[in-house]
Amino acid sequence: MAPVVPRSGDAVFANVERVNAELFTLTYGAIVRQLLTDLEEVEEVNKQLDQMGYNIGVRLIDEFLAKSNISRCVDFKETAEVIAKVGFKMFLGVTATVTNWDVEGTSCSLVLEDNPLVEFVELPDTCQGLYYCNILSGVIRGALEMVSMKTEVTWVRDMLHGDDAYELRVKLIKQVPEEYPYKDDE
Amino acid sequence: MQFFGGSAAAEMTPSPAAPPGTATGLAGNNANMLYIFNRNGVCLLYREWHRPLHTLDAQQDQKLMFGLLFSLRSFTAKMDPTSVDKGNLGVPLLPGQGCSFYSFRTNTYKLSFMESPSGIKLILVTHPKTGDLRDALRYMYNLYVEYVVKNPLYVPGSPIKYANRFILYAIR
Repeated sequence: MAPVVPRSGDAVFANVERVNAELFTLTYGAIVRQLLTDLEEVEEVNKQLDQMGYNIGVRLIDEFLAKSNISRCVDFKETAEVIAKVGFKMFLGVTATVTNWDVEGTSCSLVLEDNPLVEFVELPDTCQGLYYCNILSGVIRGALEMVSMKTEVTWVRDMLHGDDAYELRVKLIKQVPEEYPYKDDE
Repeated sequence: MQFFGGSAAAEMTPSPAAPPGTATGLAGNNANMLYIFNRNGVCLLYREWHRPLHTLDAQQDQKLMFGLLFSLRSFTAKMDPTSVDKGNLGVPLLPGQGCSFYSFRTNTYKLSFMESPSGIKLILVTHPKTGDLRDALRYMYNLYVEYVVKNPLYVPGSPIKYANRFILYAIR
């Protein structure tokens, strides 16, 4: 029953239950807005979004694995491809491209041309430091941590800051080997 | 069967009612025990249907089971004649390294095992004549996602408390 690794998330995307895109976008906008009101500091909002994303990612990985039938990725390169082509498609309905690999193959960029989260969004002058989509970087970090990859995810380009695309830099810090969880004296 | 999470899971996975090779499938009182572990060795769920003999207390039993699977995976990877990338026996494996076993059989029971890359381990102990249960285990993993992971009240890494509905589907 060797599961075939899907090269795109189209099939899965067609099968999962979806919500209205505008409802999704507006709900996310409302969350960010509320965070800005509650926390006041833009920096704090970035942190909070990242944390929320992390908590989502920790759970989302299981749904991703169960629905997409992906077993194991051979290396980080394959992992990045799968996130870009299958993961983003499955949960956001868009695909990203993977570029800018460094020499060691431990960090790369995920470029999103199209981002459903930012429809109707404009950053006011007071929020220029806000990474509006910071939740995404948290999701990726959380999900990868559950498959034993410690990563660092940062924004390089952001359309809301006037760039031409969204670019996420994903850096693999280390792969954590499986450990025997019990101590001998327990 | 309809899930609240959409029909995807039901369509994607074959019905567990009749895995090939069995007359009764899981339904006919075939299953003895079920364990679910997470990556940290926490037993998220344990259920038994038919287990006349208990030799250890539950905690010891679960710990032994986890230890057995952990060592067996490392052992099977070491014995793998087809792959160069073996690692050393006893040295922790990186995810994706080596191979993984999916069942073993004794004269009195059969143990079927599935591990997801996120470290969720599903173990089903059944009658020795049960056929291939990998599809059934995959199906149960889907149930785990629908009923446990998607439950906002569930704290990741804690034992599954309100497992009744989950279990009802699993043993059908």
